Amino acid sequence: MTAKIAYDEVEVGTELPAQTFPVTRATLVQYAGASGDFNPIHWNEKFAVEVGLPDVIAHGMFTMAEAIRVVTDWAGDPAAVVEYGVRFTKPVIVPNDDQGAEIQVSAKVAAKLDDQQVRVDITAMSAGQKVLGMSRAVVRLA
Amino acid sequence: MALDQSFVGRTYPPTEPYEVGREKIREFAEAIGDANPAYTDQEAAKELGHPDVIAPPTFVFAITFKAAGQVIEDPQLGLDYSRVVHGDQKFSYTRPVRAGDRLSVTSTIEAIKSLAGNDILDIRGEVHDASGEHVVTAWTKLVSRAPEGV
Repeated sequence: MTAKIAYDEVEVGTELPAQTFPVTRATLVQYAGASGDFNPIHWNEKFAVEVGLPDVIAHGMFTMAEAIRVVTDWAGDPAAVVEYGVRFTKPVIVPNDDQGAEIQVSAKVAAKLDDQQVRVDITAMSAGQKVLGMSRAVVRLA
Repeated sequence: MALDQSFVGRTYPPTEPYEVGREKIREFAEAIGDANPAYTDQEAAKELGHPDVIAPPTFVFAITFKAAGQVIEDPQLGLDYSRVVHGDQKFSYTRPVRAGDRLSVTSTIEAIKSLAGNDILDIRGEVHDASGEHVVTAWTKLVSRAPEGV
């Protein structure tokens, strides 16, 4: 494990570079194939509406995968992530158009822990709503 | 219908090993649009100290969730899967998953709660490699929504 960020260089409040991740219907089909999650709420709007959703929604695990990229890109080595947890609070709604949706992810160091580790709190938004709650990672820095 | 509390603490037999392939990791990394070379380039992964390409942090969910199927589909537990949504997800890593791993998952029911007619099920999946070493633990909270009008 070779994180490129030094523990001594970060403080509580240090912001990680924010990123925006686009998601279209094509993205969801590709993620369904790669992850093996073929639940039709992620690609079939007729089905999604029938079960009470406003439209097709992104896989929660897709959103979780995007959100941690802000941390892994910052840390350099993805293996620096020693813990990662989220609560799925709101769905990312993905319309059937060229635009799709966006997931905006920001993160900051919330606590410095023992053993060169820090806790990073992550915020993920889509269409003005917080889509993840309690989204936190513990990261071991250099 | 409330789930049977006596299932709390029940552990299911370890799954048959899942062999992690380099191309499967590549496919997953491409699907999430993540170009980190540690996922696709063996040399880049080695420079970071890994013996082979590693998987993105959430890759292992496909394996642990399939293993959780033993719990979800246990007819004695009686969970209505058509009403289930994913509430929380957490991972704790001893090391990253990497290509060549043969991973076995042992699933345990950690908690069963009933809240406002919803059944809440906490499943822990302990992931070990072929030598029996711990790789990652996944905690999955599933919420089975109460039927409308109840």
